[in-house]
Amino acid sequence: MLLTATDVTKTYFGKPALRGFSYELDRGKIIGLLGPNGSGKSTLLKAIAGLIPVDSGKILVDGQKVGVRTKNQVAYLPEIDPFYQSHRVIDVLNFYKSCFKDFDTQRAEALLEELALERNQVIRSFSKGMRVRLKLVLTLSRRAPLLLLDEPLSGIDPLSRDTIIKAIAREFDPANQSIILSTHEVFESEGLFDEVVLLEKGQIKWQGHMESLRESSSLKRLLEEVYL
Amino acid sequence: MEFNPERPIYLQIIDEIKKRIVRGDLKPGEKLPSQRELAAIMSVNPNTVQRAYRELEDTKIAETLRGQGTFVSSTISIKELQKDLAERALGEFLTEMSELGLSHSEIKELLEKALEKGVE
Repeated sequence: MLLTATDVTKTYFGKPALRGFSYELDRGKIIGLLGPNGSGKSTLLKAIAGLIPVDSGKILVDGQKVGVRTKNQVAYLPEIDPFYQSHRVIDVLNFYKSCFKDFDTQRAEALLEELALERNQVIRSFSKGMRVRLKLVLTLSRRAPLLLLDEPLSGIDPLSRDTIIKAIAREFDPANQSIILSTHEVFESEGLFDEVVLLEKGQIKWQGHMESLRESSSLKRLLEEVYL
Repeated sequence: MEFNPERPIYLQIIDEIKKRIVRGDLKPGEKLPSQRELAAIMSVNPNTVQRAYRELEDTKIAETLRGQGTFVSSTISIKELQKDLAERALGEFLTEMSELGLSHSEIKELLEKALEKGVE
């Protein structure tokens, strides 16, 4: 298993964010992580990335407890912007190269072109869509087996959204990788997902295969049944 | 390409490729896009494209040559493919008409009238 989460609990300031969350994921899949605000999506991704400790339960990546050693296995795209305004794209790439030894510069250069960015552009001049595209370049350039993409599609222009979805479809490496993508833009991205996981109040409300779901229902109908 | 959210996507990809063959946009022996390319063009998971291609191979509509890619089968019968697609469209049409509560003779009558008027 690439990812095993067992009975994970996390409480923020007395409010439960994850409540006995258990889940297993192998290589080769793109998972849509769906759910209303506050359902635990971001907390879960941060916990898998090792950015926040959990209160109880355990998370294993490739059989190892989340920690320093699993950082090489996980590439995390945060919802917030981690950039300095004065940096150029190339400065950001160099910074990432110094942080992650698996960072593939050649691949990053190719991805810049695919995502319509240029190496000398300054972050300050970037739209939200361009910032997310750059974050995706950084995440995909690491060839990590587990990619965690936290809301890469929210609050950006439709053209950037389309570019990002297509880049994920093209770059995903099913033989070696899995991707977990959290989103509210469900209907634009549903074609990407092998499976979806629906969260509510820190627990899984539903999980299953998208293609099987489409045989008798639709994601829209499922979401109405689960959340209304 | 817009997908119907209530039908498996791999089946819709298969239908689209069949349609292109019947229309002559894709010729027997012609190379199909790589799975990765098609996944990006259609904004879908490459696993879904792989499933569609596998099914096209199993039904002898396409063939994969090692290291070269997937091609429209050179021995394909376009007439048969056309018949398949027509039967599926007819099936959907008939289901919808019955759901509207129309009898067979009423459907036939409506269809004849529409054909006389000419379809767009």
